[in-house]
Amino acid sequence: MTEFLAMGGYAAYVWPSFGLTFIVMVTIQLSTFSRRRKAIAAVRRQHAVNTQKNQQAGTGESV
Amino acid sequence: MFQWFHRLAASKNFYRLAEILGPLFGVLGAILLTLGVYRGLFVAPTDYEQGESYRIIYVHVPSAWMSMFVYMVMAFCSALFLIWKMKLADIIAEVSAPMGAAFTFLALATGSLWGKPMWGTWWEWDARLTSELILLFLYIGYMALRASIDNRGSAARAAAILALVGVVNIPIIHYSVEWWNTLHQPASITKFDTPSIHISMLVPLLMMALGFTFFYFTNMLSRARSVILEREANNNWVKDRFRENRL
Repeated sequence: MTEFLAMGGYAAYVWPSFGLTFIVMVTIQLSTFSRRRKAIAAVRRQHAVNTQKNQQAGTGESV
Repeated sequence: MFQWFHRLAASKNFYRLAEILGPLFGVLGAILLTLGVYRGLFVAPTDYEQGESYRIIYVHVPSAWMSMFVYMVMAFCSALFLIWKMKLADIIAEVSAPMGAAFTFLALATGSLWGKPMWGTWWEWDARLTSELILLFLYIGYMALRASIDNRGSAARAAAILALVGVVNIPIIHYSVEWWNTLHQPASITKFDTPSIHISMLVPLLMMALGFTFFYFTNMLSRARSVILEREANNNWVKDRFRENRL
């Protein structure tokens, strides 16, 4: 195990490479998730605005 | 063919396709990346010249490939947008840019981490490294340009033109190792007749490359869906989906 972690003396280059790649890819994925949450919130907001408008107009369109 | 293309370009149909393909690509990508990292770190043999340091290849080369692949997607979509005014193409280009920039950054950073022990330097102003750095600036310029123009249509057109002009950099990156004397080693995979890499080292590399590709597509599709939802929040199909709780 220690030998594996030592990477034949190149640990200082191999592990940062893999670690950085991991961090960047996790960041991309998390930002995709938060982008989606934001979009769904926007739709919900729009829906609330529409419902309110409809009620004010007295169209009676139930949603 | 064109009709099919046209139907797909309708955001409603794209959304339906993307919500199936996105998660599927995500699962495939996760499996390939897990297998690729495992085989790359534990199964692939030590390189007789570079020792264990060569294992950086499993993150460096897929990042570098993706940096160019994502740019090609962006440029292709920009052309579709400029010629046929396909809004969907513009959305795909827009959401791809930050990921392309991230892959380019990874290619440069992991390249630097590989260059130090092998060439004795973190950075060299040679053709391959410089053209890859220009690619990073192209991505950043693309995003900055989009952000700096308020009118969405004008921003999209300006960015699309920039993406198409910048595409000239892609063959320069690819052939830089042949056209100029450079520190960077020539391609070891793309010469298919005699790949200069052993099969036990090649398999994990291909897994990683495919895994990166699926990873990009699953994220690109999800982000494109988010943009569509926001832009079309007032359209009936979005309202219907919202009521049925299946956004």
